[in-house]
Amino acid sequence: MNMPLAKSVISAGVRSAPPAPVAAKVLPLPVKQKAMNTRAYETLGNMAATVVPPVVMVLLLLTVWQVLCMRPGATLPPPSKIWTEAYDLIVDPFFVAGPQDIGLGWRVLVSLERVAIGYGLAAVFGIALGTLVGQSVWAMRGLDPIFQVLRTISPLAWLPISLAAFRDSQPSAIFVIFITSVWPIIINTAVGIRNIPQDYRNVAAVLRLNPLEFFWKIMIPSAAPYIFTGLRIGIGLSWLAIVAAEMLTGGVGIGFFIWDAWNSSRLPDIFIALAYIGIVGFILDRIVAGLASVVTRGTAAN
Amino acid sequence: MTAYCRIDHVDKTYKRGTTETCVLKEITLDIEKGEYVSIIGHSGCGKSTLLNIVAGLTPATNGGVILEGREVNDPGPDRAVVFQNHSLLPWLTVYDNVRLAVDKVCSATKSRAERHAWTVHNLDLVQMTHAKDKRPSEISGGMKQRVGLARALSMEPKVLLLDEPFGALDALTRAHLQDTVMGLHQKLGNTVMMITHDVDEAVLLSDRIIMMTNGPAAQIGEILPVPLARPRKRLELVADATFLKCRQRVLEFLYERHQFVEAA
Ligand SMILES: Nc1ncnc2c1ncn2[C@@H]1O[C@H](COP(=O)(O)OP(=O)(O)OP(=O)(O)O)[C@@H](O)[C@H]1O
Ligand SMILES: [Mg+2]
Repeated sequence: MNMPLAKSVISAGVRSAPPAPVAAKVLPLPVKQKAMNTRAYETLGNMAATVVPPVVMVLLLLTVWQVLCMRPGATLPPPSKIWTEAYDLIVDPFFVAGPQDIGLGWRVLVSLERVAIGYGLAAVFGIALGTLVGQSVWAMRGLDPIFQVLRTISPLAWLPISLAAFRDSQPSAIFVIFITSVWPIIINTAVGIRNIPQDYRNVAAVLRLNPLEFFWKIMIPSAAPYIFTGLRIGIGLSWLAIVAAEMLTGGVGIGFFIWDAWNSSRLPDIFIALAYIGIVGFILDRIVAGLASVVTRGTAAN
Repeated sequence: MTAYCRIDHVDKTYKRGTTETCVLKEITLDIEKGEYVSIIGHSGCGKSTLLNIVAGLTPATNGGVILEGREVNDPGPDRAVVFQNHSLLPWLTVYDNVRLAVDKVCSATKSRAERHAWTVHNLDLVQMTHAKDKRPSEISGGMKQRVGLARALSMEPKVLLLDEPFGALDALTRAHLQDTVMGLHQKLGNTVMMITHDVDEAVLLSDRIIMMTNGPAAQIGEILPVPLARPRKRLELVADATFLKCRQRVLEFLYERHQFVEAA
């Protein structure tokens, strides 16, 4: 990728050095071949280095767990018991055996739908409000302490208020997601807007960009790394909140499943649900992080 | 008859709390159409402040700037700026950086295809077409300044403002870019106001050199016309008597009569 660029710079800068390319032509060929081979090995090695240790650790932890919980009188089931008792939950995430008896995959999807709505609203609203707040020093000074306080309130503490306001579990759960994840998005967006370099503002001023153009062409791309930090914290909080909220509001989500399993003493099912929640949360985080690195690749490089 | 561009009795005072610092005092300067004017002075004397006032990015405390008979108060593409630190938008490619300006400035006068052609044409002028799909982080400092120059030129400004455009570059790249700018000035006939602290650069490029006294309350100390014929050739000028005399004058001004005071 960089070769033609480097070459043109050389030819533009130093006009009287014709022997250089000749020497360069002979030498790098075998060197490069070798480098490619070693690079292939390196990639393989790197992959093994990232995959093998966690797998080993998981096996080790499962073994310890198995040993600890196999004793008679153990309060929690060992992995082997979970495997046998929750087998149908593990092997088929998408079975439907009745209105309340569905696979965990479906339950996760139901929860994800609520998260998508609540978090989507939080993203739009948070970025919009953050942009406004970041524009003005006084709005920032006045609102930032309030946001910082509201941010620390646990999702569940909002639930009674939202139940009282909406009188229905579905919008309440969505509201809880919204209110939990909106703060970090607002705060980070505002900081990102504040940190737009004066240079970019000057460019916009010289070009006479109107406010809308300024928003789309300068503000959003310039603040994108900050906005995505907020979005990433927000998605994590949403996923934490939905499980807690569903335990209290019911429905078919993964949170309620745990509560239901607890009430009917199906401990192994709960462990499987926990694994689902952890993995889905991890994937959500990766998705937002991946999106961030695609969108901000230009900004972050500078 | 008034000048093409007139900086008229401009004062600039910065207030912080109760303390006022007067940066510029009574700056008056006429610039003719097609003229290349350099402003030289020690660091911190207020050169950038003056340029920003002309650009409309900083308001003057007193006085004002008149361009083609009309007072200008706000920034606009008729006074395009090449900033000291390139100020390209890092998330846009080289092409898109210039295209943004072209789209904004020429949206009423040019069709889509014409705007594309105009963008490429301006990249051609600074020999940057080969890197048009690269991002600013992937090109060298000199190349970034070239793109900044292309962006400014694409706006067809009445006055082109250059704030130490070569300040951050190594000597070879700097010389190369100076030649480019000189060639473009010759070809396009722009009116240029350039800030510099390089004496050779000022003499080589300018029709007139504005020498500023040290701040606070910097003023125009002396204006030196450079009566060298164009096109100018760097190598021929090295031993040219007029060139050396101009150079001498500027050096004397800067290092004898207005020595840089560290504790400004
Ligand atoms: N926003 C500001 N508030 C207060 N003082 C300022 C402000 N901007 C600039 N100054 C002061 O004005 C003076 C002139 O600054 P300016 O940037 O114009 O200098 P300069 O001649 O461009 O210097 P350099 O060659 O280093 O770029 C400096 O002493 C600086 O401290
Ligand atoms: Mg400056």
